[in-house]
Amino acid sequence: MDPYSALDPAGTPAALSLRLFYGYLDVSAVVFTLVIAALGFALGRPRQPAADYQEASPAIERSKSRAVVWATVATVLTLLGLLIASVATGHAMALLPAEPPVRVQVISHKWWWEFRYPVSGSATQFSTAYELHIPVARPIQLELVATDVIHSFWVPSLSGKRDAIPGKHNVLFLQADRPGRYEGQCAEFCGTQHANMRFLVVAERPDQFVAWRDHQLASPPPPSDPLRQRGLEVFMNSRCSSCHAIAGTDAFATVGPDLTHLGARRRLAMGTLENDSTHLSHWIEDPQAAKPGVQMPSTPLSPEDRHALVAYLEGLK
Amino acid sequence: MNSTFEPTLAEASPAAEPRQRSTLYDLLATTEHTAIGRRFIATALGFFLVGGVLALLMRLQLATPLAHVMGPDRYNQLFTTHGSTMMFLFAVPIMQGLGLYFVPLMVGARNLAFPRLANFAFWIYLFGGLFLYIALLSNTGPDAGWFSYVPLAGPEHSPGKRVDVWAQLITFTELSALSVAVNLIVTTFKHKAPGLSLDRLPIFVWASLVTSFMVVFAMPAVIIASSCLALDRLVATHFFNPAEGGDALLWQHMFWFFGHPEVYIIFLPGVGMVSEIVVTASKRPMFGYVPVVLANVATAILAFGLWVHHMFATGLPQLGASFFTGASILIAIPTGVQFFCWIATLWGSRPKVDVPFGFVLAFFATFLIGGLTGVMLAAVPINLQVHDTFFVVAHFHYVLIGGAVFPLFGGLTHWFPKLTGRLLSERLGWLSCGLVFVGFNLAFFPQHLLGLRGMPRRIYTYLPETGWGFWNFVSTIGAFTLGLGALVFLFNAARTLRSGARASANPFRAYSLEWALSSPPPRSADRIVPVAASRYPLWLGELGRVEGLARDEVLVTRVVDAEPDHVGHAPTPTIMPPITALATAVLIVACLFTPWGLPVGVVLVSLTLFVWFWPTDREPAFQTRERVSSESVGKEVLP
Amino acid sequence: MERLIFALFLVIIAAAAGCRREQRRFSEAPEASELHPDPLHAAQRDQQNLERYAKDAWAISEGQRLYGQMNCAGCHGHGGGGGMAPPLMDSQWLYGSGLRDIERTILSGSARGMPAFKDRLTRQQVWQLVGYVRSLSGNAPSSAAPVRDDHMSVRPPPSRTDPEPPTQQVD
Repeated sequence: MDPYSALDPAGTPAALSLRLFYGYLDVSAVVFTLVIAALGFALGRPRQPAADYQEASPAIERSKSRAVVWATVATVLTLLGLLIASVATGHAMALLPAEPPVRVQVISHKWWWEFRYPVSGSATQFSTAYELHIPVARPIQLELVATDVIHSFWVPSLSGKRDAIPGKHNVLFLQADRPGRYEGQCAEFCGTQHANMRFLVVAERPDQFVAWRDHQLASPPPPSDPLRQRGLEVFMNSRCSSCHAIAGTDAFATVGPDLTHLGARRRLAMGTLENDSTHLSHWIEDPQAAKPGVQMPSTPLSPEDRHALVAYLEGLK
Repeated sequence: MNSTFEPTLAEASPAAEPRQRSTLYDLLATTEHTAIGRRFIATALGFFLVGGVLALLMRLQLATPLAHVMGPDRYNQLFTTHGSTMMFLFAVPIMQGLGLYFVPLMVGARNLAFPRLANFAFWIYLFGGLFLYIALLSNTGPDAGWFSYVPLAGPEHSPGKRVDVWAQLITFTELSALSVAVNLIVTTFKHKAPGLSLDRLPIFVWASLVTSFMVVFAMPAVIIASSCLALDRLVATHFFNPAEGGDALLWQHMFWFFGHPEVYIIFLPGVGMVSEIVVTASKRPMFGYVPVVLANVATAILAFGLWVHHMFATGLPQLGASFFTGASILIAIPTGVQFFCWIATLWGSRPKVDVPFGFVLAFFATFLIGGLTGVMLAAVPINLQVHDTFFVVAHFHYVLIGGAVFPLFGGLTHWFPKLTGRLLSERLGWLSCGLVFVGFNLAFFPQHLLGLRGMPRRIYTYLPETGWGFWNFVSTIGAFTLGLGALVFLFNAARTLRSGARASANPFRAYSLEWALSSPPPRSADRIVPVAASRYPLWLGELGRVEGLARDEVLVTRVVDAEPDHVGHAPTPTIMPPITALATAVLIVACLFTPWGLPVGVVLVSLTLFVWFWPTDREPAFQTRERVSSESVGKEVLP
Repeated sequence: MERLIFALFLVIIAAAAGCRREQRRFSEAPEASELHPDPLHAAQRDQQNLERYAKDAWAISEGQRLYGQMNCAGCHGHGGGGGMAPPLMDSQWLYGSGLRDIERTILSGSARGMPAFKDRLTRQQVWQLVGYVRSLSGNAPSSAAPVRDDHMSVRPPPSRTDPEPPTQQVD
């Protein structure tokens, strides 16, 4: 199972696209073979040596004309068939879901993905970054918003891509057919760190999804050990809280990703780094080393302060 | 029938005089279309080399995951400059340069319709290219991609001068392209030799004509687009600002309305050259001349109806998208017709498989793959998965390198003797053909797979966990092999120029009028205007000649049947075209730095134009037909 | 003749490669890091960086981004038009108009209610903001001043603002 690949679909739109692609590929292979074979025959049938210009006989010209006409007709019919297949597939993919979808707002920034979940029955929302959790076998309706430049939401295993364009609201429907983790990436060039603007779609059983969602809504408990308490102080008193929010604390800035459950994320920095203490520490010390040009500045901290901060953040499960 | 193929004009037209050292003034003020065409070709090949080096640097960075060859800022400048160089500074100018050189020769004209304008076109093109590269070297290279989408390329997200350089590069190169297009259209319509009616023109001339019309319709769109972008960036207009009533998608529509015909502008002259080589190698008339010509015309017209297939992921209505799917699939039909006609031409003819033909065979295989992946990309469900991935990169390199560069190498080899008077080495030619073909496929075929496996475009690095490292490495090896093949080709050319075997007027026993002149051709004043008797003038019928033209006169004929119409004066050399180009360059570059650039620059350019077009007191150009007689052979010989 | 052209080429290339105008200085660590203080040269280094950033298009555009993200606009108005706090696009500078003065104001805040950003922003971010704030009154070089942003416009952009020379008067 390749979680990065469109050749390994785990969702309906991607599966339909792949089936159409294989159909086109088969037709292309046949066409390629036929044309190259015809060329080979053309070259390999010596009639007259090409020493002098000679007129071809009218009979040969007529049969060649017939052959070209038939080849053209065959081309037109084949292309028509391909066109019909494409429109039919597109139609199947564009059918609206039968049951009410789970709605998630996808907000694209330079160079990170924010996911805002409305919770049914109330106005409470929570915001998370990098990981998009969805229940399997339910349609998901993604509302794509771009805050700065054009980005493109693409998770190859599940669906084709859709651009997030400033000033426009685009909608993408997804559905995962089996549980798993599917890698996604921004697919429209958006500046210096376009290459490192990844996200992860986690498709899980409905009960797991509900548990995750409820956990996201809950604030983490205040830290109990002195090291993590020190870490929280460092977080609040240094530059971190200028840009990042953690539920349950006084940090509620929305410039950067929400860090409320940072410890539970699979990877850091939009998929660029492993999520462990060493990488987090290096990231905080100098984000520009891993992602030159990223909007997070280097935060100078003493080694003890940084150690405490990392311990606090890693504990935010 | 002219069975010995000996051209009858070569003896009458003296061979090119041994090259005296031209003064700087002669170099700058020339009106010889051969000199201007050669300059276009040489400059474009220079940019091709530099653009290729940029590509190799990019491939080095992508060869392994998380490589540190360069950072993202440099990489973004490199891929933008690579794309802009190849599209604006290499592909279009070289096809136009070949047109400037060969279209007058192939239609039997003494010179272009507007040689001074062609001279201007060269200098403005050169200045644009130099401008881009000085910018790249000073870390001011554009970094928003060769199609420069807003809002990324707008004033908020691309501060500084980088994208301004890109916008002004467009202005330079499109001025050049339009100047050449106008030249080729008028030359083809009004300067054909008597007897060479429209239905007797070589396919390459048709291809150049059709391409030139495409330039006339497509280039203004991109000039408007880049001007709107420049205005947004310099003077705070709101064309692309959604918050103030503009639209980010408007850029994409305007750009791709130009951008899609642009690739056909590059591709059609390539297939024109393929037709020439196929006919010459097989020594047979082109099977289905009229369908092939109409296929070129149909491709050009259809090309303007496809542009939205670059925008399928932007959230367009499905019905509209289906229309463009249909059109994008439809355009495969005229190209298919050309393929079938070439195969029919070759059928049973036992062609001479020389290096140009080798490149044509490479074209067949490569462009076919590119065209088939193009049909895949036309289907919206497939497009939504592979858009903006390496699959698209693979596709467009297959159609552009396969469909334009391979025919170009073949055409340059085929026409090298005419251009330079010497014959390229066959051995080195085959070596370059093999290296280029193998290297190209090794470089780009795996990229189809990489795109399907999720690798997007324009990323400067990727994680090892993706598993993309292996095929990226292979692709880099292929790219270097391709580069080596291109170097061998250029080395062959350079060495031949110095010490290669001399060529006669018609070493390949081809059929068209350029082969009736010496290799290289004499200056325009020394040329005799022929009278053609068939579509294959050197194969069928006797070649007549026009008497009574003075050295400084050109013959203007009618559009459709090429009957003589009147006699015109050949434009004399003048240094004003490069000076006007310089003034225009000052205007364009100064606008980037100060608003005063516009009024001062316009005044400067107007002054140069005044001087250029100041009336002389020569007699008017129009004279009666009786002064000229065309000596042609009795009855019409059917093609 | 060819040699002359070739030599000219080399000169142009060398000159071009020396140009620093469009360099993006993503990080000033560790020289500008407070953890490695160098009191002897700190003031001089800060002045140098301030002057460099005030002329740099990319740095000023980063300042523009920070002005929005740190909600300076909440008090000083979008584009520096003023509101709860004094406007930044006019010629009145309450705490001095020099680059160091603006830096100090941002770092330490003011007695009238401007918060101190010393612990909220890195020194490099403050330099970017200083450059941007200067541009609001039209005092940035024309090649570096921001042209417009992608929001609704409430004032002509800094690039089309005539420079407002600071007055000496301090309230």
